[in-house]
Amino acid sequence: MLKVENLHVSYGMIDAVKGIDFEVNDGEIVALIGANGAGKTTTMHTISGLIKPKSGSVLFDGKDISKISANRIVGLGLIQVPEGRRTFSAMTVEENLKLGAYLRKDKPGIDSDFAKVYKLFPRLFERKKQLAGTLSGGEQQMLAMARALMSKPKMLLLDEPSMGLSPLLVREIFDIIKTINEDGVSILLVEQNAKMALAIADRAYVLETGRITMTGTGQELSDSEEVKKAYLGG
Amino acid sequence: MILLSSLINGLSLGSIYALIALGYTMVYGIAKMLNFAHGDIIMVGAYVAFFASFSFGLPAIVCIILAIVACVLLGVIIEGLAYKPLRQAPSLSVLITAIGVSYLLQNSSQLLFGSATKIFPSLLGNGSFKFFDGKLSVPYLTILTIVVCVLIIIVLQWFINHTETGRCMRACSEDKGAAQLMGINVNRTISATFAIGSGLAAVAAILLCSMYPSISPTLGSMPGIKAFTAAVFGGIGSIPGAFLGGLLLGLIETFSNVFISAQLSDAIVFTVLIVVLLVKPTGILGKKISEKV
Repeated sequence: MLKVENLHVSYGMIDAVKGIDFEVNDGEIVALIGANGAGKTTTMHTISGLIKPKSGSVLFDGKDISKISANRIVGLGLIQVPEGRRTFSAMTVEENLKLGAYLRKDKPGIDSDFAKVYKLFPRLFERKKQLAGTLSGGEQQMLAMARALMSKPKMLLLDEPSMGLSPLLVREIFDIIKTINEDGVSILLVEQNAKMALAIADRAYVLETGRITMTGTGQELSDSEEVKKAYLGG
Repeated sequence: MILLSSLINGLSLGSIYALIALGYTMVYGIAKMLNFAHGDIIMVGAYVAFFASFSFGLPAIVCIILAIVACVLLGVIIEGLAYKPLRQAPSLSVLITAIGVSYLLQNSSQLLFGSATKIFPSLLGNGSFKFFDGKLSVPYLTILTIVVCVLIIIVLQWFINHTETGRCMRACSEDKGAAQLMGINVNRTISATFAIGSGLAAVAAILLCSMYPSISPTLGSMPGIKAFTAAVFGGIGSIPGAFLGGLLLGLIETFSNVFISAQLSDAIVFTVLIVVLLVKPTGILGKKISEKV
């Protein structure tokens, strides 16, 4: 579904991503774990088209999307839920969701997806007329995910969905991620909370200062001594 | 009676400032830049209407439509050629470019049309309403100006809050990256904003030049600066703020003109601005800027 090949990204003189390869197969949850500054968000933004790579390619459904602008990539069925949620705080929950479906023209499909995301996130339904800026952190994360689902994606890029949330909420969010995946949406998940990420991931990659240093199934990496030491707190 | 007529005149002048201020505030809200060439768009609109009427003898409504079309095109072209390449540049570079565009427009029109003032045709008709047995006479134009401005604000407010393009504008205003991640074409949204702002400037041009019917290549600078002041006054980025700021500015200017001193009126206007900004730095209806972590 998604194949990243020899991707290099730099900000001016600084190389943030130094030639990484990884892939996400149809229907998989793949986690990208790593410390702060490892290049996780840069990788996500490059896949989404917000940043253009220095070299390498990003293939989505076999098509190189590395030169396509961000707003057109969404239409191909690949959407990112950015780090820090970035919901539109001065707009209502409902307006945020409508923007998620911005590129779609199938009115009946949009309506049924509204019903679907409200079922998945009942709290958003209760607050649909409320301004997004007044929601709690957990609710904003749900809104950001629901907004992305409104685009009817084939694949979801989730950047730090657990950031700043209580353990209970993190569990809830991860359960929802699993539900979304079971519904047929492939997922690339970037997380600092490696434990949770590895628990739900089919496969995972470890990113260290712009390079992929390890890869395996979620279970294999959870059991690996190195990963335990570096990312799982011993 | 003089109080009442000053009030009406102030509201009418303020309406024009409000229309121009909308252009500043919308562009600032969405593109985060100060388009200092906005005042000169007014000037171009005035000249287009002037030549359409004076040289080609076209009917008033055609002249007005031509002026609006020309300004919309000019606004979009300026944005595409001068500002779009600077999207990632520091805001100071954009500001200097805008000032450059402003002088370019002024000097080109001096070259093309000459620097002598021309008399603007009366496109909107003369005549006036009489109240209190003719003791108070209010020109039709004054009332028309207020009505047009109020209607435009209502339509614009509806447009921003209830249409898809409006929603895109609000999204781009808050977070361009997130807007792009929704599939919104940010460049196209910014172009649309310039188109609307410039169209409103053309309407303002017709109203302003019908009120003060002498036009010259620099006619846009003073109303431009005052409308910019009005936008800051009301809280830049806010549409109701631009409306309120424009009206207040028009009222303050007219009242100080009549009751204090005609020479000092501009100084008084700017003094009030400075005081307002000292008390409330974001303007009357401006949002508090909060840094999010």
